[in-house]
Amino acid sequence: MMLSCREVTRLVSRGLDRDLGFAERVKLRVHFAICDGCTNFREQVAFLREAMTRLADRSPNP
Amino acid sequence: MDDFRSRVERERPYLLRYASLQLRDTQAAEDAVQETLLAALAGEQGFGQRASLRTWLTGILKHKIIDAIRKTSREAPAAGEDEFDALFDERGHWIEMPGAWSDPDASLDQKRFFAALELCLSRLPVKTAQTFMMREHMGLETDEICKELAITPTHCWVLLYRARMSLRECLTKEWFGK
Repeated sequence: MMLSCREVTRLVSRGLDRDLGFAERVKLRVHFAICDGCTNFREQVAFLREAMTRLADRSPNP
Repeated sequence: MDDFRSRVERERPYLLRYASLQLRDTQAAEDAVQETLLAALAGEQGFGQRASLRTWLTGILKHKIIDAIRKTSREAPAAGEDEFDALFDERGHWIEMPGAWSDPDASLDQKRFFAALELCLSRLPVKTAQTFMMREHMGLETDEICKELAITPTHCWVLLYRARMSLRECLTKEWFGK
C-alpha cells in the first residue's frame, strides 16, 4: 500500500517523537524515492528540530 | 500475581481489535487498551473469579473508549481529519508541493533567522505552542508531556504535527521566501 503525501507528513512528524516500525520506514523510503515535495518536507522538519535546539542553546532573547 | 499479569497481557490483541473497531483510530485504540490493562493490574482484587477475565477487561475498556471519544470530541478532531488537510487534494497529494529551502544551515548563524522563528512560534495557538516547546525546546518525551498537560498521546501527536506544519509554512513565508 502506497502512502499519500498527507499520510507521509503525519508519519514523518510522528517519527520525530517515537521510533517508527520497520514497515513504516520502508513505506516512507519508497515514497521519498518518488516524491520531491515530501523529501523537502522531511528535510525541513528535521531542520526545524535543529533550529529549535539552537534556539534553546541561545538562552532567552531579550 | 505475575500469572495474573500474563493472563491480562494475553487479552491485549482481543482488546485492541475491540477498541480499534470502536474508535477507528489505531493510536487512540492503543491508548485505551493500555489504560485498561493498567487499571486491571491495579485493581486485581476487583476481578475475583466472578466473571471471565475477558468480560471483565472488556467492561473496563468500554469506559476507556467512552472517555476517549469524549476527549477527542472536546480536545481535538479525530486523528483522521485536520485543518492542515486543506494542503492536500482528495487523494492526499500536495496541492502545492514544498519547494527546497535554500541553504537552511547558513540561517542558523543569523540572528534575524531566530527572530523569524520566534515570530512564527508566537503565531501558534497556545496549547500547540506549549506542547511543541516542551518537546523541542525542553526536550521532553511525549509521555512526559502528556502527563504534564493531562492529554492523551494521540492528542499530543496531533498538536506536534500541527506545530510542525504551521512552523514550516511560516518559515517558508517569513524567511526562506525572502
